[in-house]
Amino acid sequence: MTTRYTEDHEWITVDGDIATVGITAYAAGQLGDVVFVELPEVGKSLSKGDEFAVVESVKAASEVYAPVDGEITAINDALEGEPAKVNEDATGEGWFVKIKLADASQLDGLMDEAAYTAHTA
Amino acid sequence: MRYLPHTDTDRKAMLDAIGVASIDDLFTDVPEAARLDGLIDLPTKQGELQVERALSAMASRNIAASQAPFFVGAGAYKHHIPSTVDHLIQRSEFLTAYTPYQPEISQGTLQTLFEFQTQVALLTGMDVANASMYDGSTACAEAVMMAARVTRRNKAVMAGSVHPHYVEASQTLAKYSDVSISVTDAAPADLDAVIAEIDDTTACVVIQTPDIFGRLHDLREVSRIAHEKGALVIAVFTEAVSLGLVEAPGNMGADIAVGEGQSIGVGLNFGGPYVGLFACKNDRRFIRQMPGRLAGETIDADGRRGYVLTLSTREQHIRRDKATSNICTNAGLCSLAWTIHMTLLGEKGLTTLARLNHETACELADALGSIPGVEVVNDSFFNEFTLLLPKNADQVVNELAHVGVLGGVPASRLYPGRFENYLIVAATETNTPEDIAVFAKALAGVL
Amino acid sequence: MGMNTQGRPTRMAGNIAPDNLATGGYADTISGSRGLDQAEALIFERGAMDRCGVDLPEPKGLKTRLGGQERKGEIGLPGLAEPETMRHYVRLSRKNYAIDLGLYPLGSCTMKHNPRLNEKVARMPGFADVHPLQPASTVQGAYQLMGELSHWLMTLTNMPAVALSPKAGAHGEFCGMMAIRARLDADGESNRRRVLVPESAHGTNPATAVQCGFTVDEIPADKTGRVDMEAFKAKLGDDVAGIMLTNPNTCGLFERDIREIADLIHEAGGYFYCDGANFNAIVGRVRPGDLGVDAMHINLHKTFSTPHGGGGPGSGPTVLSEALAPYAPVPYVVENSKGGWELVEHMDHAEGDPFGRMAAFHGQMGMFTRALTYMMSHGSDGLKQVAEDAVLNANYIQARLSHVMTAAFEGTCMHEALFDDRFLKDTGVTTLDFAKAMIDEGYHPMTMYFPLVVHGAMLIEPTETESMSGLDRFIDVLEALATAAKEGDTDRFLAAPVHAPTKRLDETRAARQPVLRWTAPTDTVEAAE
Repeated sequence: MTTRYTEDHEWITVDGDIATVGITAYAAGQLGDVVFVELPEVGKSLSKGDEFAVVESVKAASEVYAPVDGEITAINDALEGEPAKVNEDATGEGWFVKIKLADASQLDGLMDEAAYTAHTA
Repeated sequence: MRYLPHTDTDRKAMLDAIGVASIDDLFTDVPEAARLDGLIDLPTKQGELQVERALSAMASRNIAASQAPFFVGAGAYKHHIPSTVDHLIQRSEFLTAYTPYQPEISQGTLQTLFEFQTQVALLTGMDVANASMYDGSTACAEAVMMAARVTRRNKAVMAGSVHPHYVEASQTLAKYSDVSISVTDAAPADLDAVIAEIDDTTACVVIQTPDIFGRLHDLREVSRIAHEKGALVIAVFTEAVSLGLVEAPGNMGADIAVGEGQSIGVGLNFGGPYVGLFACKNDRRFIRQMPGRLAGETIDADGRRGYVLTLSTREQHIRRDKATSNICTNAGLCSLAWTIHMTLLGEKGLTTLARLNHETACELADALGSIPGVEVVNDSFFNEFTLLLPKNADQVVNELAHVGVLGGVPASRLYPGRFENYLIVAATETNTPEDIAVFAKALAGVL
Repeated sequence: MGMNTQGRPTRMAGNIAPDNLATGGYADTISGSRGLDQAEALIFERGAMDRCGVDLPEPKGLKTRLGGQERKGEIGLPGLAEPETMRHYVRLSRKNYAIDLGLYPLGSCTMKHNPRLNEKVARMPGFADVHPLQPASTVQGAYQLMGELSHWLMTLTNMPAVALSPKAGAHGEFCGMMAIRARLDADGESNRRRVLVPESAHGTNPATAVQCGFTVDEIPADKTGRVDMEAFKAKLGDDVAGIMLTNPNTCGLFERDIREIADLIHEAGGYFYCDGANFNAIVGRVRPGDLGVDAMHINLHKTFSTPHGGGGPGSGPTVLSEALAPYAPVPYVVENSKGGWELVEHMDHAEGDPFGRMAAFHGQMGMFTRALTYMMSHGSDGLKQVAEDAVLNANYIQARLSHVMTAAFEGTCMHEALFDDRFLKDTGVTTLDFAKAMIDEGYHPMTMYFPLVVHGAMLIEPTETESMSGLDRFIDVLEALATAAKEGDTDRFLAAPVHAPTKRLDETRAARQPVLRWTAPTDTVEAAE
């Protein structure tokens, strides 16, 4: 399984041709307490860079962008009742969506963990 | 000037502290061409006495509702407001307070909003209500747009017997959006035409009850059909007191209830400011798509119950171009007046008041309906009904005004070119048997 | 001891002593009240369905004509007698800050004194007790007042037309942008859908543009806090519908290039919408019509002193240029040939091509009477003095605090002073903490975190109705707070407020688990401890 990061603080973990996407702990920390996550519908097609979700804290709403092209195969329903998961476990239980990859080579353009850590330093 | 505390000595001292020679030095960014020589051509300052006199003269050119037998409704109603209400809303801490963005020093406003929201939800038979909108017509318009967002459909069907101003306000808000509004004919007493238009592209149907002619509608059937097709039902009311006697929209299947709260706590005020009521079911799709402010309960750092504005991420100051609405204010002091009046009334008071309104209207209907040539058109009504006259109703209203009776609204005023002999009349608890007798006699006299 | 916040259900007209904190009181007294600060539960917890504060005659029991639509169940509304009602609301009122209590330095809100003559005039029966649909012959004085107010607004702004019907500032923005859209469509300019909006704009601006079918293109600010002219020019094109500018802008600065901006927008085929929220800085001294404005809403509840009432009602009359006047919405008043007034309320009766009706009836008459009373009291000389004293007061604050707080931009300001949080760097105190400490000092905080173009923004607008001594006291307190922060006295800030009716409230909880109304308990059995 590979994990990559975008400049806008999304993470993407790939297992075969299904990728799980969320926002990083750094981003969640910057946002403050997450109160709501607006997720797309299963089946929606995305292009890289499309806004596909909105993360709300008390005083702000931030768009989340698709790191790759693909189709949404699952969304994390648990976030509706427990948005705090994004703060508590951003890269685990705080995942947003699963995407079926259209073009795995798009991952090559994203940052690895070291590069992302440097990016947020 | 009495509202400006500074003396010229103060001004000089302050200019010195700033380090400029004159006030003009603080306006140097104003383009030369826009700098004025001297004062704008308007009267100069006046004391309270002069201003009061001038405006009193203007006011006395109007005939107030209390000065004549008064039967005008069609969206705004004359009711008695207890003295306590106006006294309380003039308290400094209510009148001169701002929006409760700093909740620790705004618990007065926030708790009264929470109580208001609860009362509105109870009254309409809904689960949740917002902290008010500008008025019933803009609440209606916003409800249509909300239904479109929630259902992701863009066809709205409005019954023609919804108040024409509400239809127009909705059309204006939707004008440059994807939402198209179709309006059925106002005349029929049934909802068949509305039902006929419901299909699976319909976002919502909008029905007013009591409608513009005062007719009452059962929403159960149309709600069943609409829900089968995935469309929402928006119930509209312009006379909030009706909900003290008539079935609540939430109990008839409506998804959203919107209307005018003016009848409770807020005087006629020549059309504004009023208070828009907005309530909906607790469907998970709805709450985040509701426009307007919301007060919510929480606790403070000591565990004390308190209230805050919440779910603000729907609103313009955070969501900006993606907001549910651009609305920035609520009805504020008017919603406070509403909640105070409603608290004084309570269940017992409101239900009694509503029954008195209906009974007065029944007596009025009997009195007017017995005038030769005059027909009461309604099979049902709350406190407003429509007469079919043998003569042009607009002319009748003007002639009645000449003899000192404010006898209703000609339907053609709201439907230009149509319903020319129809007169919409309202009765409330403020009408006495004498008023009714005078009206009946005058009406007979002008026909 | 565990804090039982889920505790006992609070029942209507209950006879058990409520847990003080659960009903908003203090834990350290028996009653939950502290001296003059009275705890006050919800009406649903104090009232009962058979209590009532009005006396009504008994209904006669006539046969109803409701067509079977009579309400079946109970509504569930509590009532209180008059004395208890009075106490309930008086106690609650004492938990509110207010202009009548102290300085409210909220930037762009213009929290000036609300004159009580306004209230008296608004309540004259000839204004308060008239119905909008009464025959014209019975409301000539009301139409006349609307005409008079229109005259004052058009003259103060040097604009040829005004729409009185918008119910609030944001509604006025909608009115102005709708007029622009209507004009563009009438001219066949259907590709013009891009509206330029500064990054510093109030959130209503982009929200409104979108409601009118436009897209929003943000213009950055330059280092002086004004519109970046190079960036602005680069964004012009033949798909531009117009620009929405606030002037003075939300940083409290007059846009010096405003005439050039207006000319360029017009040359590019677009229109100039001006957000009039900050009109208080220039009223009586500068006329927006002279700056090339096509539409501007005026907040009567800001510049013209109508009361803020805890969040409303507002009123947003919108002045319009010659180009936009024909598209003004209905209704509006006109003088007729007999020296009387008429209301034009139908689209086909209008001379021009109205884009529609904004709302029911004719506008916020209750605010018109108050605003006109205010205008006539001040006169053109008084209004000019208003702008001058407003600008004087803001600069006085900026000049006297700049040594200890950090002004966001160089140079003098207009009617509001913008600071950022650089002076709090490394203190561990944020703008929010600073604001909460002000509450403990008896001041409502200034506008925080707006505009967004500056970090940790603090926008202070004192208005002209603050005395010099009042300003001096305020300045002394802010100076002391800023110094305390820098000297490491963080406790005072992080715990604040401690002297307000509540401590800091959990807004996260309110958003994650929204409780938007009181709900009757389903039974009266007490919950287990």
